[in-house]
Amino acid sequence: MSTNPVIEAKGLDLTFETNDGPVHALKGVDLAVDKGDFVSFIGPSGCGKTTFLRCIAGLEHPTGGTLTVNGMTPDEARKSRAYGYVFQAAGLYPWRTIAGNVRLPLEIMGYPKSEHAGRIEKVLDLVDLKGFGKKFPWQLSGGMQQRASIARALAFDADIMLMDEPFGALDEIVRDHLNEQLLDLWARTEKTIAFVTHSIPEAVYLSTKIVVMSPRPGRITDVIESPLPKERPLDIRDSKEFLDVAHRVREGLREGHSYD
Amino acid sequence: MKNIVPILTVVAAIVVIWYAAAIPMNSQWALDQAERAEVELSTGELILDTWSQERPRLPAPHQVVSELWGSTVEMKITSKRSLIFHGWITLSATMLGFAFGTGLGILLAVGIVHSRAMDMGVMPWAIASQTIPILAIAPMIIVVLSSLGVTGIIPKAIISAYLSFFPVVVGMVKGLRSPAAFDLDLMKTYSASRSQTFWKLRLPASMPYLFASLKVGIAAALVGTIVGELPTGAIRGLGARMLSGSYYGQTVQIWSALFAAAILAAILVGIIGVIQRRTLTRMGMNA
Repeated sequence: MSTNPVIEAKGLDLTFETNDGPVHALKGVDLAVDKGDFVSFIGPSGCGKTTFLRCIAGLEHPTGGTLTVNGMTPDEARKSRAYGYVFQAAGLYPWRTIAGNVRLPLEIMGYPKSEHAGRIEKVLDLVDLKGFGKKFPWQLSGGMQQRASIARALAFDADIMLMDEPFGALDEIVRDHLNEQLLDLWARTEKTIAFVTHSIPEAVYLSTKIVVMSPRPGRITDVIESPLPKERPLDIRDSKEFLDVAHRVREGLREGHSYD
Repeated sequence: MKNIVPILTVVAAIVVIWYAAAIPMNSQWALDQAERAEVELSTGELILDTWSQERPRLPAPHQVVSELWGSTVEMKITSKRSLIFHGWITLSATMLGFAFGTGLGILLAVGIVHSRAMDMGVMPWAIASQTIPILAIAPMIIVVLSSLGVTGIIPKAIISAYLSFFPVVVGMVKGLRSPAAFDLDLMKTYSASRSQTFWKLRLPASMPYLFASLKVGIAAALVGTIVGELPTGAIRGLGARMLSGSYYGQTVQIWSALFAAAILAAILVGIIGVIQRRTLTRMGMNA
């Protein structure tokens, strides 16, 4: 196994030029993500966590520093189908069935037709949506739609999943359930996951590595390697280790953030 | 069925106002005739007379209906006085013009969405084209085309297309731009080409907008055809029927041609509505 990090940022800067002067969305970001990591990015609005994710995806382009994904530039990585991206909104196309939505990336990337049905069935099974392939998106609940959009990101063989607050718009009960399923999915598929969130418990529950960020300029204030075991039942959230990590995240957030 | 009561109420109100308006509009003629014949008209006789004149200023509803009935159901389609005959002439030019206009509108919209130069260059002209009164430009189109040897259905269809392409352009530009930023970002994460983004995202997303535009467009196409029939001395078509009615003071004929045009427009818009419902339901977008 190679020891090279899957995602590596060194001194990454991203400055947007606006009419009110430059905005430092990211400044001096250093980070290495190893294969199989589950990394959460947490921080207040404007801390650059989503921007960093979009840089990894090649949707934004850094103005300084270096960023590699699988040893390539983000654009090359995107073209070689290195990652699947899950947005905050499920973003399923209303004119396609669930199976049709999962088929979308397969069609665009030119997978042979004979493989489509098998892949769709496999990933719908992974996200627990077996038998829903023929339904249209509006016939599904918000949580089910978001699971379908995760299936869509899994349908092609990307090793990395980039998830931008995928459960942010869902209620807490559904979110707990989906978090449990996501950990299960991660364990079964051995993907590397980069996950943006606003929620401390979510970040601590899911991650092997928690990246705490703060705004103006967007930067990393703390990186926490989680001491929690890989096997995580929901009630681990009452354990001392969990609460200690959550405390450290909260401290990191407070440190980087002044409310005046 | 819930809708039928309000609709009937409005129709009934229109009919009542119409009959009432016919009395003052047509009474002068009735009074003049009575004076010439040196008879006194009672109020009742006067009212009845205003509703049954041969060339009233404002024909009463039953006169228009009986003329409509007489010139459609009770007349052979081949007759020069059959409204079905004239309606078909108008309809065929309308359909041709609508097909032209819709095709042109969609092509322009695709160009406008994909090319900044076209966005800047074409859109102002499209808008300017609609600020010119069609009544002014229609005769010129017909004269120019006929001097080039193009006559018959084509000039009318071009005027019809001139009116109907515009709502399609505006609606389709809006529709093709309707996908949200993250819809487009998703396509980008797949490294999708422009044509893949067009066929798999922009075009399907624009369908509800397209149908809304088509409804406006087909009604405009019909108006365009009728306007194209007016200044040409055409002897066939609903427009010609209206014009010859006005030459000879045949107000009942004008009104029945007007109603025939309105009914035709309603049927055309209705057909598009049915196609819209079927298509969007099949696409799962009619929730």
